[in-house]
Amino acid sequence: MFSPSSGNTVIKSKLIGRRMFLLTAAKAVVMFGIVGRLVSLQINERTKYKSLSDKNRFREWKLAPERGVIKDFFDKEIASNEQVYQVHLIPENSEDIEKLFVRLKTILNISEKKLFYLKRKITKQKPWEPIIISDNITWSEFSRLNLFLHELEGVKPVVSVARMYPDNSSAHILGYVSQVSEKDLQNKKYLKDLHVPGMSIGKTGLERKLDEEIIGQIGFQRYEVNAYGKRIKQIQINEGQAGKSFKTTLDFEVQKFTSELLKDKAASVCVMDIYNGDIVSMVSSPTFEPNEFVHGLEKKYWNSLIKNEMRPLTNKTISGLYPPGSTIKTLVALSALENGIIKPLDTFKCTGKIELYGEKFHCWEKKGHGIVNLRRGIQRSCDVYFYEVARKLGVDRLSITAKKFGLGKKVLSGFIEERSGVVPNTKWKKKFIGQNWYLGETLHSGIGQGYFQSTPLQLCLMTAQIANGGFEIQPRIIFDEKNNNLREYIKYKNNNPNDPLPTDLLVSNFDLKPLFKNQEHINLIKDAMYSSSNEPGGTSYRHRLENKKFTFAGKTGSSQIKRFTEEQREAEVKQESLPYKDRDHALFVAFAPYSDPKYAISVLVEHGGSGGKAAAPIAKKVIKKVLERHELRERANNLTGETA
Amino acid sequence: MFRARSIQSSLSFKDKVLSLDFILIFSIFILGLISILAMYSTDGGEFKYHTKSHILRFSIFFIMFLVLSMIQIRFWHSQSYFIYIIFFILLLGVKYFGLTSSGSKRWLDLYFMNLQPSELMKVGLILFLAKYYHRISIENINQIRYLFLPIVVLISPIILVATQPDLGTALLIAAGGITVAWLAGVRIKFFAFSGLAFLALLPIAISFLKPYQKSRILTFLNPERDPLGAGYQIIQSKIAIGSGGLFGKGFLQGSQSYLDYLPEKHTDFIFTLFSEEFGFFGSLFILLLYALIVWRIVKIGNLTRSNFGKLYCFSFATAFFIYVVVNMMMVLGLLPIVGSPLPIMSYGGSSMMAIMLGLGIVMSCKVYKDTPVN
Repeated sequence: MFSPSSGNTVIKSKLIGRRMFLLTAAKAVVMFGIVGRLVSLQINERTKYKSLSDKNRFREWKLAPERGVIKDFFDKEIASNEQVYQVHLIPENSEDIEKLFVRLKTILNISEKKLFYLKRKITKQKPWEPIIISDNITWSEFSRLNLFLHELEGVKPVVSVARMYPDNSSAHILGYVSQVSEKDLQNKKYLKDLHVPGMSIGKTGLERKLDEEIIGQIGFQRYEVNAYGKRIKQIQINEGQAGKSFKTTLDFEVQKFTSELLKDKAASVCVMDIYNGDIVSMVSSPTFEPNEFVHGLEKKYWNSLIKNEMRPLTNKTISGLYPPGSTIKTLVALSALENGIIKPLDTFKCTGKIELYGEKFHCWEKKGHGIVNLRRGIQRSCDVYFYEVARKLGVDRLSITAKKFGLGKKVLSGFIEERSGVVPNTKWKKKFIGQNWYLGETLHSGIGQGYFQSTPLQLCLMTAQIANGGFEIQPRIIFDEKNNNLREYIKYKNNNPNDPLPTDLLVSNFDLKPLFKNQEHINLIKDAMYSSSNEPGGTSYRHRLENKKFTFAGKTGSSQIKRFTEEQREAEVKQESLPYKDRDHALFVAFAPYSDPKYAISVLVEHGGSGGKAAAPIAKKVIKKVLERHELRERANNLTGETA
Repeated sequence: MFRARSIQSSLSFKDKVLSLDFILIFSIFILGLISILAMYSTDGGEFKYHTKSHILRFSIFFIMFLVLSMIQIRFWHSQSYFIYIIFFILLLGVKYFGLTSSGSKRWLDLYFMNLQPSELMKVGLILFLAKYYHRISIENINQIRYLFLPIVVLISPIILVATQPDLGTALLIAAGGITVAWLAGVRIKFFAFSGLAFLALLPIAISFLKPYQKSRILTFLNPERDPLGAGYQIIQSKIAIGSGGLFGKGFLQGSQSYLDYLPEKHTDFIFTLFSEEFGFFGSLFILLLYALIVWRIVKIGNLTRSNFGKLYCFSFATAFFIYVVVNMMMVLGLLPIVGSPLPIMSYGGSSMMAIMLGLGIVMSCKVYKDTPVN
């Protein structure tokens, strides 16, 4: 049927050959295409694919570092760590999460709400990332869990460490730690590489201020895993590094003592070393239980804290703002002396009130103080005397002095809860209130009322800087054994009482910042404060300490909440008879011992009435306690000095 | 017939051996050795099941290839239709007695091995059409009535294979058949018309596709569509190849494969594994080996006198080339995952058998290059 001629065959061969040539050309093109693709994947994009391959291959489990501890001046831990028992779960290791939770509920005490939250969390994260079911279970729960562990696939009992505060006397200054929130992750850059599920971070106080360093370095275990998530081998392990520990200047004993004194009061006490600014004690009352925050706060407790009108969560010492009241009179007098407005022996006559600019200004002493000079004005806290001084001085000059001594600005670094307060002057009022300054307001400012707002810490610093002879210091709470120039200056001066060198030169030699023009003025104020506390008629005379070792010099004050109406004034209404909320805040500032000043203190009692009655007795006890421990403190200081 | 046989038997055994194409044999052998190394790597660097059975298969079929080389070209020519019919019957057998695995019915249980007749059909169809176009005269090639038979022998096995379902193999069988027709001189317009017809039928064909086949095509168009599902294979394969870089991660060091991120690593994705471990240069070497093989087959086609031999060699070379590039383009993410083994490298007896059979016939064309087939 087919009988092709040989010619036909040759033509056919040629046709086949021709078409094959076309095909071969096409093949070459395809080959180039494949080589091109190999070049693009294996050469041009190799880094991208290498990292993708590593991402497949390695999985990291992060290990939370141990938080550093915070110690007091005597190396006692005031924020330490304790062993806790936890339950973790790796979702991908469990075959049936629902069943697992039902089983877990019979072993542990987990609420429905928590279960719901956990389930939602599991769906949001990678299946190999551990989830913390409970971060603090009891020993009996933990042992029961271990007993049934074979039925609980994916569950891991973990022994971990968590923050523990041995005492709540320092709760405010230490702050507390709690779980990392979404907001923290957004706001705090250092958490970006640090975050481990279940890790706690500092939320307030020192815990927050030191957070970045105290958290430590995160550890990790890197495993090679196969496509099914099974760990094949450990590639690298890094234990991480425990956080840095910090030593503070606080004295735990004084903290406890003071906290006990302030129980049931809304109050604050701040004690400072007048030469180096070391804060020996800072207590705010009422306090709260910081341990409650570590493992997730109970709503009931939180509500009780929030609703308490004494505001237990507020660190009153640095975030409470109060008019300084009569405690400011020390600075009013100093400012007037420095500006040459008055001389120490200039007198005014106090009749209980003065009328100026068509307004009546009352002295707290209705009968009046009679003839008053500077010393007597401070001793008796005569308002009329200071109305006169303030009127002559003017608010702008007063504000310069007040700011120099630390009022109206933040004085501790790194505490977000610290507030700066207000030192009013004409410009400030124009800017913030939009009105001109009235002369009457100068008079109110002269007795520390009106717009004046200060924190108890600022008042303590102010007193400390008067007590140390008028030199600037920086309050500090983290222990620092740096040489203290001010202390050396004082030592030098005591050893060479007849040194011919002028003060200025000494001051510049020791690199100090004097806050005065004439140190004699500072001494006048200190002397007046002495008389206020230790001479009959002084506002805190009743609460003096007679032992020379403890004798303090102080100044009372009260910050007005409501001004008395004329009727109340006529009826001589006592503070104690007013409703709690309307009573004045009681203030007292002092330094001790008078002969060789070492510490300054400020005491505030919210709605305590007058400073002399409510605040001075507390100050007296705390001063005694602090001075009794002074030698111990010196010894501890010398010890660390030698080892350093 | 008797006379013709005596002419060929005038070639002594020594002559036959000397006329073998040693470059081709050597290339195939090297590729076989490489495939054994790769298989050893898929077994995680242990001498286990896949490696052993691959060595066994390669040895048997490589020897089969050499033995088949000695068979007269005339035999292949005369038995072409018969061979095709046997393979077709086997395909029919799959339809009724086949083994089902992962949703498709492709294998016949022959007790000593599971045979996949669709692989054999790749060679069978080429053989059939080579003979057919060898025999019809050049004037008749483009006559409609002479196109009837080729279309029937092309379409029938394709339908059988596509409904197994095994779309990839069906397309590869078609590619081989179409190549023969094209080389024989069938006019381009026929291909154009059938191409258009194919496009017109495409929507209907798509409606017959299984959901997984549809998803494969969609996934190819956008692998990130479902990175943990259908796109997983393409993505992981690209990661493996790309992370191999210039020199590769080293033998037995391909993390993508030994940690099981790479699917089907001994069959369709064997090139990926090799490429991950030996990098760009390793891949290039494999590519060159394949090019060498294709080149030798084409050269044999040129040497062969008979048009049957030419048609067969050229078509087989082209089909072989297509199998290689389809597999590579697939693992490189240039084509959808259609399930096509890489000749010689991939694990799988039927594929190895078919390729060795095909190569055996090629070599027979070389040995009997001057022998007329009829």
